[in-house]
Amino acid sequence: MFEALADRLQGIVRNLTGQARITPENIRESLREVRRALLEADVQVGVARDFVARVEARAVGEEVLKSLSAGQQVVSIVKDELEHLLGRTPVTLAGSPHVPTVVLLAGLQGSGKTTFAGKLAVWLKARTKRVLLASADIYRPAAVDQLERVAEQAGAGFWRAPEGVLPVEIARGALEQARTRGFDFLVFDTAGRLQIDEPMMAELVALKQAVRAHQVLLVVDGMTGQEAVRIGETFARQVGVDGLVLSKMDGDARGGAALSLRQVTGKPILFLGVGEKLDGLEAFDPSRLAGRILGMGDIVGLVEKARSAVNEQEAAQLAEKLRRSDFTLEDFLEQLLQVKKMGPLEDLMKMLPGIPKAALEQARPDNGRLKRHEAILLSMTRKERRAPRVIDGSRRRRIAAGSGTAVSDVNQLLRDFEQARTMMKRLKQGPRGLAGLRRGRG
Amino acid sequence: MSLFSRFRAGLARTRERLVGQVGGLLQRHGAVDAAALASLEEALLAADVGPATTERLLERAQEMLRRSPELELRGALEQAAAVLLGGAPGAAPGVRFEPAGQRPWVALLVGVNGVGKTTLAGKLAARFARESRPTLLVAADTFRAAATEQLEVWAGRAGVELVRARSGSDPAAVVHDALRSATARGTEVVLVDTAGRLHTKHNLMNELEKIGRVCGRVVPGAPHHVLLVLDATLGQNGLQQAREFQRALPITSLALTKLDGTARGGAVLAIVDQLRLPVSLVGIGEGLDDWEPFDPEAFARGLFE
Repeated sequence: MFEALADRLQGIVRNLTGQARITPENIRESLREVRRALLEADVQVGVARDFVARVEARAVGEEVLKSLSAGQQVVSIVKDELEHLLGRTPVTLAGSPHVPTVVLLAGLQGSGKTTFAGKLAVWLKARTKRVLLASADIYRPAAVDQLERVAEQAGAGFWRAPEGVLPVEIARGALEQARTRGFDFLVFDTAGRLQIDEPMMAELVALKQAVRAHQVLLVVDGMTGQEAVRIGETFARQVGVDGLVLSKMDGDARGGAALSLRQVTGKPILFLGVGEKLDGLEAFDPSRLAGRILGMGDIVGLVEKARSAVNEQEAAQLAEKLRRSDFTLEDFLEQLLQVKKMGPLEDLMKMLPGIPKAALEQARPDNGRLKRHEAILLSMTRKERRAPRVIDGSRRRRIAAGSGTAVSDVNQLLRDFEQARTMMKRLKQGPRGLAGLRRGRG
Repeated sequence: MSLFSRFRAGLARTRERLVGQVGGLLQRHGAVDAAALASLEEALLAADVGPATTERLLERAQEMLRRSPELELRGALEQAAAVLLGGAPGAAPGVRFEPAGQRPWVALLVGVNGVGKTTLAGKLAARFARESRPTLLVAADTFRAAATEQLEVWAGRAGVELVRARSGSDPAAVVHDALRSATARGTEVVLVDTAGRLHTKHNLMNELEKIGRVCGRVVPGAPHHVLLVLDATLGQNGLQQAREFQRALPITSLALTKLDGTARGGAVLAIVDQLRLPVSLVGIGEGLDDWEPFDPEAFARGLFE
């Protein structure tokens, strides 16, 4: 997301080293870069300015600590402010004391409300809640059909109002259905609308009342630019928003909209949508995002992802291996097998810190290669896997023959392994490893 | 307090820094009000033009001012933006989204999820149908739930035929069959609505590449137009999107949707600036006629309104 920011800050604040104290003069260039980086990350221009002013106010007058480089010092202030702005602690979706809890989804056209409805249903279902999905989108062709499919995929309940029923009546009907059929949650999808469309905004207010929404979630495209502020402000003022959802966060947008939205609504970001499949929902963790902003990677996210695919113990072992640099082909094989269970590698690799995008491109493994790797690794002796140094030319030929691959494939694997090992090392030596991520406020 | 007045109130602090950056340069060549400069810079940034292209536009405007001192800064900036977008006085007309003699003329609508491809496909089909050009809509989004049903409604509204496939089938195969039948029937315009895909998903980008190849195999020279659809609320990620889509298929032009809101769509400036891709049309609502050919001057003016 904001990977570039940390690199740039590390670079530009070097000029602070050797200075006794941070002054408005010697920090000016750094702050300009912070502003620019925020703008490039789509943080709204006013929000970026306030942010920079706060960083400046905190930094100026501070002594340049001997133990830290001045760069790290500014980075730590920026990170702290980021965490502050994003909210210190993760917030989860609040259930209502009265069953059913009604969650109303609002947002612009194409922000991903319907897909999120399905993801939320899956998420709630995993928490043993019974969920009913219903839609008041009578405008977009086939919108209700889409929700019906999504409900089916999610294994959630679905209710469709008879043809010709108006949105507010649909809301009442959906609530009635959820009550009488004993659902724990009603997730109520609405039509996308522009925040300047007054009749449609008025309709949303009416829907909120009719469905007795306990939580109004504003769903915003994670690639949104400056408009995020106007969207957040208007929906919050006119309708009332209880929480935020950022969709399409699996892309490479820097996601500065998150900061803008937090600033203007003051409401927590609850979820990040990642991917089109219904299990692509992540609980939002502010400190994790702040770390990601600063290029510290997302080890916690990686481990969590691993955890959902492999069991706890295996996950702990994997995390341990990620930290260790005495990483052998044996681990590589094991990891390969686990990774196969964990889903798209692209998603996983993005969570690793300190890996430039270009390296990611290079390292992107295709599935065919994965299969070849597995075959090659299984054709090695245990000794070879434990001490890859012993794999000479004749062993390479034997392994290639045994796995039905070419020597060049074996070489490729050994190169991939080296690359992985380098990553692990970088992880271990990074400015702050896992400990830094967990330390929280510095 | 309105957002705009908040920008204003906050400007004082930024002003000084900006005067140092650009203002100084400008002032040497004539009196430019630093406050005006700061507020115009902010307007560009607030329109998603992005810091790099904003800087470039300010520089170009400054050059213009040097040559024609009678211009105002805002006028010069508008002109610089319009020129960048292909609206120079006397310039060749921009790219148009329409056939230039090919039959069938095959156009692909591509873009990330939720930008409004299907809606735009419906509007464009209606337009060609109204011109009495035999038009075929192809639902190549076999992934998103009910995407085909959505396009079906649009095909009905537009009064054109639709080729649909079973959900989950190979979109390239759908396109292949559609083009075969279009060729056999003498269809003039084929609009292919592809599934939304994030440009970071390699498999999906490969799929798009394949769709492009299949087009060319059935109809030589196809696709004749690849329209990258962008949402006006899009931020700085737009450039990356355009770059990646460009890598999969040669983009012919850009369409900017949802311009009926308050978003200015300034992200296209960076794309046009860096990738030299023209903008051909804009979407301005959910009705059948809610689109217009792109007008660089009007768009440039809109950035500052």
